[in-house]
Amino acid sequence: MLRRATTLLTRSTIPLRARPFSTDVAETAPADSTFSDAWKKVVPHIDPPRTPLTFMKPRPVTPSSIPTKLTVNFVLPYASELSAKEVDMVIIPASTGHMGVLPGHVATIAELKPGVMSVHEGADVTKYFVSSGFAFIHANSIADIIAVEAVPLDRVDASLVQKGLAEFTQKLNSASTDLEKAEAQIGVDVHSALNSALTG
Amino acid sequence: MSSNAAAPFWRAAGMTYITYSNICANLVRNCLKEPYKTEAISRERVHFAVSKWAEGKPEKPTIRSDTPEA
Repeated sequence: MLRRATTLLTRSTIPLRARPFSTDVAETAPADSTFSDAWKKVVPHIDPPRTPLTFMKPRPVTPSSIPTKLTVNFVLPYASELSAKEVDMVIIPASTGHMGVLPGHVATIAELKPGVMSVHEGADVTKYFVSSGFAFIHANSIADIIAVEAVPLDRVDASLVQKGLAEFTQKLNSASTDLEKAEAQIGVDVHSALNSALTG
Repeated sequence: MSSNAAAPFWRAAGMTYITYSNICANLVRNCLKEPYKTEAISRERVHFAVSKWAEGKPEKPTIRSDTPEA
């Protein structure tokens, strides 16, 4: 029964031809050598044309040791708030709760809820109120945060927030269709988040 | 593979993510302090004309705009 045990135990556990995953991007774009050779035979004095792949920057390598700083790209549809800024930590308002992102964070895609995002660089903290969006945290400690609208907290008018909260709470109570209820609920959520951002 | 996880309340009511996101953004813009509020609202203003085509010819266009017709 165990006649083949020694063979089975000593066989290599690595498959004979380890095939790379199709989702792994090559670190340097491969230049097609058969094409460039054929080109040089026909037209030796002109450089072969470049293909779209060679123009693309290859995916940055995941460093083997955790970097000391997180690189944040915070973009809005009309402006790039932070572009490749090196920071110590960002706290993002994910739909699953406020999440702190440090360098070396596991790769994550988080949907953001209306809330406060804070960027911590040394002793400085910059806070923005984000209306909604997504945060993509990559394995190489680069975070891409995209939002539709993000404002520094000092640009928010507290009286308008209170008025809006009262108005939408009232709309929620008087809503009849599912869609009206959903819109009123969104209004209540956004205004209460704004409220707690201003007071918290 | 994955069962339908509990959809967020806006998805259950038939709203798409883009509509939800735009509503949130509009609400935030309406709560801004004065110079920033007018800036934000004027930035997001849209004005476009849509015309349906019938038999190879455009019909009268409908104007969709945030600015009232001059």
